Amino acid sequence: MFKWLHPYAKPETVYRLCGRFYPWLMLSGIALLALGNVWGLAFTPPDYQQGDSYRIIHIHVPAAIMSMGTYSAMAIAAFIALVWQVKVAQWSVTAIAPIGAVYTAIALITGMAWGKPMWGTWWVWDARLTSELILLFLYLGVIALSGAFSDRQTGAKAASLLAVIGVINLPVIHFSVEWWNTLHQGASITKFAKPSIDPSMLWPLLISILAFKVLMLALVCLRLRTAILQNEQHRPWVKALVEE
Amino acid sequence: MRPIFTVVDSQSLVSTPQPYPVPTDELLLHGAGLCCIRQDRVLFEQLDVRVHAGELVQIAGKNGAGKSSLLRILAALVAPDDGVLYYGQHPLTSVSSDYAANLCYIGHQSGIHEQLTALENLSFWRSASGIAQADDFALLARLGLAGLEDIPCRMLSAGQQRRVSLARLWFTRRQLWILDEPFTALDQTAISMLQQHFAKHLQQGGAIVLTTHQSLSMAFARQTTLELAYRW
Amino acid sequence: MVALSTFVQRELRLLARQKADWLNPVLFFVIVLSLFPLGVGPEPNLLRLMAPGIVWIAALLSVLLAAERLFKDDYRNGVVEQLVAARQPLLSFVLAKLFTNWLSTGLPLVLLSPLVALLLSINNAEFVAMLLTLLLGTPLLSLLSVMGAALTVSADKGGILLALLILPLYIPLLIFASSAMEAAAMGLPYHGQLAIMLAMLLFAMALIPLAVISALKLNVS
Repeated sequence: MFKWLHPYAKPETVYRLCGRFYPWLMLSGIALLALGNVWGLAFTPPDYQQGDSYRIIHIHVPAAIMSMGTYSAMAIAAFIALVWQVKVAQWSVTAIAPIGAVYTAIALITGMAWGKPMWGTWWVWDARLTSELILLFLYLGVIALSGAFSDRQTGAKAASLLAVIGVINLPVIHFSVEWWNTLHQGASITKFAKPSIDPSMLWPLLISILAFKVLMLALVCLRLRTAILQNEQHRPWVKALVEE
Repeated sequence: MRPIFTVVDSQSLVSTPQPYPVPTDELLLHGAGLCCIRQDRVLFEQLDVRVHAGELVQIAGKNGAGKSSLLRILAALVAPDDGVLYYGQHPLTSVSSDYAANLCYIGHQSGIHEQLTALENLSFWRSASGIAQADDFALLARLGLAGLEDIPCRMLSAGQQRRVSLARLWFTRRQLWILDEPFTALDQTAISMLQQHFAKHLQQGGAIVLTTHQSLSMAFARQTTLELAYRW
Repeated sequence: MVALSTFVQRELRLLARQKADWLNPVLFFVIVLSLFPLGVGPEPNLLRLMAPGIVWIAALLSVLLAAERLFKDDYRNGVVEQLVAARQPLLSFVLAKLFTNWLSTGLPLVLLSPLVALLLSINNAEFVAMLLTLLLGTPLLSLLSVMGAALTVSADKGGILLALLILPLYIPLLIFASSAMEAAAMGLPYHGQLAIMLAMLLFAMALIPLAVISALKLNVS
């Protein structure tokens, strides 16, 4: 059933495909990002409750959503790598991990920046922030593991296994942290209230989410191409490429 | 397992491209177009390896030429970077458990735990190979370890530990042996005893692939040398 | 699985000959436990309040400490490599390691729980909860740490890396176990938490041996 997918497991095919898509993805990603963020940060009306400080959601929410989306992408690649032993999938796990880690860090930092005007402190053990922190640790674990072996291939395989284990654990961690948070509701009400969003604020948000997604794909294309070249340096097609 | 008798045959293959021949019946293991890349260095490519029943294949080459890597590919521990392995008529990937059940691999490390005694180590390898537990005193005595059966292996010398490690070749029933530098640290008597055991195994239709820095003092009925050139 | 009993015997022999492998983590547990009162003050009510977290974090760290040595010797000696080449005994090998790991690090923690209750001024109801959570939780701890040990057996700085990888995965267990103990201290039922811990344990028991085999295979390649 998957026979039509087999050619896409060849590094050379993936290399050329990523090369074709990369310019379009990068350009549209930057354009969408500029559009969504400038619109959201500068041109939307201020929130009646939070004033101007809510605007950071145009960076925070896309980053948070994409941090989890990137983990799913990484886990799918890792699953393909484990079950079908596809080398390109192993390399894409190591390619995706740092991007996801950076998105998670952005989500955390912007979350803290949002929290300061809202709650008066930089950090609070809110369920979502705590989940994001744990997600960051999971990403850092995958990155650390992929670099811990003297043989790059072993590192990529081990990182794939860890990514799959992590994704199985991820729902468990997410729900247990949420449950833990409801159990320990302190004196300060700390949950991010999910506001009903006015359409004027919704559109820049959606555009920003799309922008982050497209940029993730663009960056993965770039990193994957580099990884393919690095790992396949002895193949004749790479040598021919270098000669050109 | 029928005895094989052919003229002494010694070829030297230095990584030249080979066409893919059709495997024959007595061909036990066939590696076609094998390629190995370690630490961004190509150790060998387009390598053809054929192991027949009753044959001893010696992999020769300088340090770092890729001998151990080739053995590990043949033992199906690591997939080759290019090329296919065939066990009999079938690709190895489809018959991997049958192949593993017919293989005895002793790598560069000894495979014995130094905190256990020789008897305990042998008992472990009997279980791991699916062979019934038995009294190994006689076997260890034959290997020159009489009186040393009951002390932890860390108290034995390197040569004695190697003898314990190789002892499983005397009770294994597997056809293909892949041995990485089996003669390391052994003295002359042990080496000749081991080579005689090899000859007996080959006579019974078994096959051996090994690497060694020393040249084999015995001439075996059917012996091939595969020379790996050191590539920078 | 004829080989399983032989393999378990082998592991028990090794434990008996290398007592440091299991004694050190147990001592570590008690020492870490004792550091908390020294750090936060000896006030019994405060300790009772913090007891669930203290016990479980100390348990986490000591099981992690024990896990690192699990496959190291056998990997270094080539036993792992030669078993992977032989394929068939690998599952029994892994199960034997899992079982004896729990026996040597999890079980002592359960047996030490009266001592822990004494040190942290834990009342009776909470003590029962602690016992039950340790019984259910330490096998899960063993499973996860054996998983981590297998993943990092050939890595360069295995020890710390192992901790970095596995600690995030422990978090659900920590949350449910400590909340069970807290609920018991307040006299509330905690069957829900125990049920979830049991579910996590069963799930892990089904999947982790396969993951460990996979990890060992990729480490010898």
